[in-house]
Parts: sequence; structure tokens; C-alpha cells
Amino acid sequence: MGDIIYGIFADPFVQMWQMPDFLMQVLWEGFVSGILYALIALGFVLIFKASGIFNFAQGIMVVFSGLTLVGLHALGVPAWLALLLTLATMYALAYSVERLILRNLVNQPDIILFMATIGLTNILIGMGQWIFGGETKTMITKELFLPSGSSVWEPGGGLVIFQHIDIAAAVIAAALIVGLAFFFSKTKVGRALRAVADDHQASLSVGISLNHIWVITWFAAGIVALVTGIMWGARSDVSFSLQIIALKALPVLVLGGFTSVPGAIVGGLIIGIGEKVFEIYWGPLFGSGVEGWFAYVIALVFLLYRPQGLFGEKIIERV
Amino acid sequence: MRRSRGNRVNEHGSGIEGEQVKDTATNYVTEDGRTIGGVIMEMKNITLRFGGVVAIKDASFDIHEGEIRAIIGPNGAGKSSMLNVINGFYHPQEGEVWFRGEKRPSMKPYEIAEQGIARTFQNIALFHGMTTVENVMTGRQLMMKKNFFWQMLRVGPALDEEVKHRRKCEEIIDFLEIQAIRKTPVGSLPYGLQKRVELARALAMEPKLLLLDEPMAGMNVEEKEDMSRFILDVNDQYGTTIALIEHDMSVVMDLADRVVVLDYGKMLADGTPDEVQRNQAVIDAYLGVEH
Repeated sequence: MGDIIYGIFADPFVQMWQMPDFLMQVLWEGFVSGILYALIALGFVLIFKASGIFNFAQGIMVVFSGLTLVGLHALGVPAWLALLLTLATMYALAYSVERLILRNLVNQPDIILFMATIGLTNILIGMGQWIFGGETKTMITKELFLPSGSSVWEPGGGLVIFQHIDIAAAVIAAALIVGLAFFFSKTKVGRALRAVADDHQASLSVGISLNHIWVITWFAAGIVALVTGIMWGARSDVSFSLQIIALKALPVLVLGGFTSVPGAIVGGLIIGIGEKVFEIYWGPLFGSGVEGWFAYVIALVFLLYRPQGLFGEKIIERV
Repeated sequence: MRRSRGNRVNEHGSGIEGEQVKDTATNYVTEDGRTIGGVIMEMKNITLRFGGVVAIKDASFDIHEGEIRAIIGPNGAGKSSMLNVINGFYHPQEGEVWFRGEKRPSMKPYEIAEQGIARTFQNIALFHGMTTVENVMTGRQLMMKKNFFWQMLRVGPALDEEVKHRRKCEEIIDFLEIQAIRKTPVGSLPYGLQKRVELARALAMEPKLLLLDEPMAGMNVEEKEDMSRFILDVNDQYGTTIALIEHDMSVVMDLADRVVVLDYGKMLADGTPDEVQRNQAVIDAYLGVEH
């Protein structure tokens, strides 16, 4: 009994105190995966805000964009052109989704639209396997001028290793988020996007076409998916199992709120850092594999006490 | 009120019992001396059904340029449905809508907004996450032409454009006396002010026809008086043609040049406030008749 109490309340902190460089390493690793979680969650939030749809296909969009990029390059297309063509593919996808699915299901209950995105997921899995094959592929990191290698930092005799690709991921994700924030707040289209997120009828009455906005949102989510695909693919590989990480976005969304962009970012970082720290310092108490379920436990606690998330809009039901 | 709107006589005499004013191309002069222009919008034999329910039955009326036109009727009379037909949320099964001399094909609401028809909503449809200024700026959406690459860079022509539209919005904000809440997120504003912001947003579109869905609903007397004054001022200063819905008859009588009365989707009367008020069918509909 005493051992367990020591293991929970004292030992982890003693370890953190004794090896601060290792703690920093853990925090850095958690930070990087947190950013990638945040990116996936961001894709969900964009679509949820604009159309109220929980897009189950966001995860497969990450895989699909990554596969398209790698697949095109394998066909001998230069990397820059492959990148542009992948962007074009994501636009075509956004356009088709609006044309074939959303437009026909307008005003249907949310659950119908959710089911439609599950259908879309399966279509994309099928298409991806048919066109590119099911085997794991390596991201064309070097061709996209993403750095490899690592830097070592030695604070007071300790040792912290920074993979350059992780640094690049953090920088690019930050740039993407800042760019999106700017786009949302400063441009006409951004203003229209926020308008649609707030009120469909009012948007129509000032001359905003919902269909046009939906294409733009799905395309924006597609761009986010592509960036996520490249970054995550560079850290591991591009394979269909990547879509499972999309499920990690769920606890992030519960934490941050489904409608909040800052929420997605903060939620992603909390989950990313939290699960790494918990895995390393408390994991041994539970055996291994803590990383797999820790995020969901946090999400559950949040659902019980703050269902709208950290930044979500307060849920007020009129009685 | 600044000027009396009561007892106004329409040149065309009575138009009651659905009897339309025939000579629609002619202007008319109101009693307070304003010259009203020709017909800007004409509804011809509109019938709107939802499944088996008939919301509007064979209604015809017109709206002249520069006038304040009211559509009144008890609850469930089909007033809001009529407004939704005009702005394209609903498409009538029968009848024609003529706007500025042309028969309008079936259009989406945002396309109708592009044609210059703006509206407000009975239950206030503002963008709650945005400030007053931002809400009003959405009204300029259609007039902003520069693409978003320029807008993101915020240089040259895009910046000029933003500044130009912003200036117009500030003018409207001043006009409706909501300067004090320019930067306030509209979700936190009191009801009366939200209604005014909604009016500002519609005005920012510089509409050829402005539709107001129960602009005074849920307001106290003071707010109602303010709103009436603003509606008259808008009509006066910008020459905006206004069609408004109200179920409170007394409000309309002081405000409107001509009034259409609907009841259970059917037109009961069409004429000046005075004529309408004296119409037996209207009195029956409002007070109830014993059978």
C-alpha cells in the first residue's frame, strides 16, 4: 500500500526533480505530438463551425492527402508539382463533397450528415487502396525540403535532443494557425465563414452563398489535413493506420470545445503533453499502453464537469 | 413622432377587398407631400402551400418605390411567409414575383440579396460572435470585390476598399445612434439594440427594397417609438423602399403609406391605413365575429 502511494504521489516528482533534462525531453515530445493533435482537431473544428457537421472523414483525409502526395511523386512528378496537384485534389474533393453530399442533405438531422461522413470515409479508404495500394509508404521529406537530423542541447550537463523535423512541424503548424486566424479575421471570405458559422439564414440574407462557403471550409480542412499528413507521415510513415490518430482528436475536441479554434490548439497541447508525461512517469504503475487511453479518461472527466469544453460556447437550453 | 402619417389619402382611391390599384406605373403623392415612385415589386396571385396547409392563397399586391408598405394580419395570417417569398426563402407554388419590371425566376436567397433586397428577422438573426461593426460590415459583403490574397496582405486596393466600406458602415452606425456599442459583441446587447444592429446591417447593403419582419416585436413603448422614428428617417433620408410586417395595427397606422391585410393566407384588404381601418372584414378579423 505504501509503495503505491509513494509511486503515485512522490516517485514521479522525485524523478522529474532528479532528471530535469529528461523531463524537458518528455515535455518537448509531448508538445510536438500535441501540435499535431491540434492540427487534426483544427480540421474538425473548421467544418463543424461552418456547417455543424462532425466530419468523421477528417482522419482519412489526412491519409488520403499524404498518399496522393507520395503516390504522385512515385509516378515521377516533381515534388513541388505533386504538392500543387495534391492541393488541387483536395479542392476537387471539397467541391465534390459539397456538390454530391452536402447540397442534397441540407436541413437533414445532424446524425444523417454524420453518417454521410462515415460513408465518405469508407469511399476514401477504398479509393486510396485502389489507386495507391494498401502498403506503407515513406513521406518524401527530403524532396519537400523538410530538415532531417537533430540538434542536441545540453543544459547544465543534461541532454535534450530536438529532431529537426519536429521543430519544422511546430513552426509550420504555428504558421498555418496564424495564417488561418488572419484569414478568418481580416478577409471578406473569412468574415463570410464566420457569418455562416453563426447563422445560416442571416448569412443568406446578406448575400452569402452557403454552398460556396462550404467548399471553402472543406478545402481549408483539406489543406490542414495535407499539412498534418506530411508532418505525421514524416515522423512515422504514411499508412492507413494513421487515421487512428484522428480518433485522438476526439478527446482534444471534448477538451477544447467543438467550435473553438484556440480550444483545438490548447486542447491538443494539453492532451499531447499530458499523455506523454503520464505515460513516462505514471505509466509503469498501470503496465504499459497508457498513451492509448489516457486522453479518453481526461475527455470523460471533462464531459462530466464541463461538457462544452474549455473554450466552447456555453450550452444554454431554453425551457 | 416627427411627422404625422395618419389620414393619408392615396390618389387611386379605394383598393379594398383585394381590388388592386390598376394603374401601377403612375406615381402618387402622399398627404405629407412625398411623391411616391412607380412599382418596384409586384406579387401576382401568389399561392404558397406546405403539404396540405395553404399558407398564402392567391395574394396580389404591389410595392411602390419610396413608400413604406405594411403587411399586417393576426398571428398565422401568412405575413412572414409572404416576406420569405419575397426574399426567396420560400418558393410559391403558383403566382409570379415581378421585381423592377422583370419577372423573377426562381432564385436562391443570396441571389435575391444580390438584386438589392435586404431584410431583418422577427427573432433577430445576428452574427453573435461578432461585434456591431463587424455585423454591419457583413452587409457590405457583396460590394467587396478584391480577392482574399490582396485582403490578407492588406495593401493597396484591398485596403482602400476596406476603408471605403468601413466609412459607409460608420455612417450608418452614426445614423442609427449605435456608436456607443460599435465594438461590443452583439450577443451581449439588449434586445432593442440588437434589433437596431440588424437594421444597420440591412441598411449597409444599400438595398432597393428593405424587408422588416416585425421590427417592433417584443419592444417596450420607448423602444417602439425609437424604432418607428428610425424607420421613418431611413425612408426619408435614404429614400429606401420599405415593406414591413406587424401584427400590432396601431404601430402600422402611423408608419405606413399603404397596408395589405392578410388573414389565414387570404387577402382581406389593401389600401391606405384609413381605408383599411374602416374595412368591415378587417375589423372582423381583428376583433372576431360571432357566427
